[in-house]
Amino acid sequence: MADHTSETIEISGCKTAVLRGGSGPIMLFLHGAGGAGAWSPYMDALAKRYNLIVPSHPGFGASDTPEWLDNMSDLAFFYLDLMEQLELNDVHVVGNSLGGWLAMEIAVRSTQRIKSLTLVSPAGIHVKGVPKGDIFLWDPETRVRNTFVNQKMADARLAVVPTEEEADITLKNHFITAKLAWQPRFYNPDLRKWLHRIDVPTMILWGEGDKIIPVPYGEALKELIPGSELRVIADCGHLPHQEKTDEFIAGVNAITEGVAA
Amino acid sequence: MKFFFFHLMPYGALDLDYLDNHESPWVTLPNNHYDPKKGFELYHRYLDELELADQLGFDGVCVNEHHQTAYGMMPAPNLLAGALARRTTNAKICVLGRALPIINEPITIAEEFAMLDNLLGGRFIVGFVRGIGCEYHASGANPGFSLERFREAHDLIIRAWTETGPFEFEGKHFHLQYVNCWPRPYQDPHPPIWVPTQGSFETVEWAAHPDRKYTYLLTFSPIKSVQSNMDNYRRVAEGYGYESTPDQLGWATPIYVAETDEIARKEAEEHIENFFNKFLYSPMEYKMPPGYSSVASYKKVMEQKMRVRMKYLSFNNLIDEGMFLCGSPATVVETLQKREHDLGFQNLVAMLQFGTLPAELTDKNLRMFAGEVMPKLQASSPHVARETAPAAE
Repeated sequence: MADHTSETIEISGCKTAVLRGGSGPIMLFLHGAGGAGAWSPYMDALAKRYNLIVPSHPGFGASDTPEWLDNMSDLAFFYLDLMEQLELNDVHVVGNSLGGWLAMEIAVRSTQRIKSLTLVSPAGIHVKGVPKGDIFLWDPETRVRNTFVNQKMADARLAVVPTEEEADITLKNHFITAKLAWQPRFYNPDLRKWLHRIDVPTMILWGEGDKIIPVPYGEALKELIPGSELRVIADCGHLPHQEKTDEFIAGVNAITEGVAA
Repeated sequence: MKFFFFHLMPYGALDLDYLDNHESPWVTLPNNHYDPKKGFELYHRYLDELELADQLGFDGVCVNEHHQTAYGMMPAPNLLAGALARRTTNAKICVLGRALPIINEPITIAEEFAMLDNLLGGRFIVGFVRGIGCEYHASGANPGFSLERFREAHDLIIRAWTETGPFEFEGKHFHLQYVNCWPRPYQDPHPPIWVPTQGSFETVEWAAHPDRKYTYLLTFSPIKSVQSNMDNYRRVAEGYGYESTPDQLGWATPIYVAETDEIARKEAEEHIENFFNKFLYSPMEYKMPPGYSSVASYKKVMEQKMRVRMKYLSFNNLIDEGMFLCGSPATVVETLQKREHDLGFQNLVAMLQFGTLPAELTDKNLRMFAGEVMPKLQASSPHVARETAPAAE
């Protein structure tokens, strides 16, 4: 494991838990509905090339749940504040699922501090006639099984017995996800109207076997974000950074090195 | 004790093998399981039963709201309250309740309830609920804003009933330029308000508040949970500096009375097991959508209730848990006296039809309960009533 730190910083009145590690170009990783979790192998892989920052969004993990947090727009403006306050420039933003949605909400507002975007099976838009999985109606085991194509990874996840603190954080993450994404389910009807504003190189990565947000969503986003590239990863579910870390890293590097598209 | 007959109006013609292929009678059970011709018969049968209860001397008859389910056929309970208004004479009509947060324009609830209160000449009790978890899947309403929307919708309705309009209502979720409720409610200041609940931290502190003192109605819960929730209501009231009265508490439970304990069990067993295991059943994710309660409340419900709810509830389980009251008139009277003493409530909300209980047994149950149970308890009172809550007549 690379050296990393875990700290709490205050942004917009919200105590925010942040994992940091590595050196190189600045990279902001925006986690999905499951939270940032602990320092993980994919973070380790990113930290080999980047100065990696992984905050827990307000309302998630060990971060505060501020009074002002009602919707994804609030989170997007929070992250504009965060980048300003930490004086982050030329940031490579990577976001998965809910975090990918968030990355787009930030970028349509301003790409001033953003150098590139990597969207990993992001939520955020709706494609008519293509149903998404319902993580709110699935029981916890089904939710995990439908997250991965490789069921050995699901087995390993299900075998972990959480501490009470971890179980509370899982509930906290799931509850705030519902608040942000229950209705309309995991999308903002206005977002697709403004995706043309994204003017930085954008990579879209998608697991071919994603049962939560299926591949046609990636195809639609490729059309909506000017100049973006879509890479569909075989034998992979909703969390390519965990299930296919090498392909994920290759996709991120391709866009940050400017070789994509 | 006061007696209310509560009808859920279940789709009693449900194919009970549905669980072989479907998860729940709520939300996801395809509606081709519903036969409108049978529905026609059931609606009229159930209204007949409610009208009979009025004739038999019940203090009130109750309907409620559920959506997309075989559990209850009343997505719009006010329609049935309207039908009952013209065919009943003495019993209060009780809508227990409307789910405030899942409505986008709660001013319509203020208007409809005010209409009913006028139509009934004040023979009307209203219930405000957040709606059980399944309603959030069925309506799309965000469970994460359920509590905020409930309180805000409540404030809007109360102000619409009590303040001279037009005025502007400036809420976070509901902002109306003109609130000017026509008609105004018949009762002054407004109909009594009950809060049916399974007991959450959030609800008890709100309902017991001195500004409200709403009747707290514990529904279909294990008796230990009913006891602790009623005790808690009294404690919370004490914390507010007043002593709550028995009319602020209600207990809703299925009851079946027959000639003897044996006959009662024989007649009711299958139907009460169907009610709890086939009609009320749904997986945790249906019942408790994320954000519907605080993490602390969620964990409390999981520990207290789901322990009971998630297993098959046999007749014996239900009797042992105090979730069903069944027996001869003497058994039922004796148990109710004990419950009244232990729980300190005044309002008994008896569900005398449940699940698949057929018409003839429902009729018999209603008549025996009214003829042989009610008279023995009508004069009883758990405590000397001190003061009457302003909102509860």
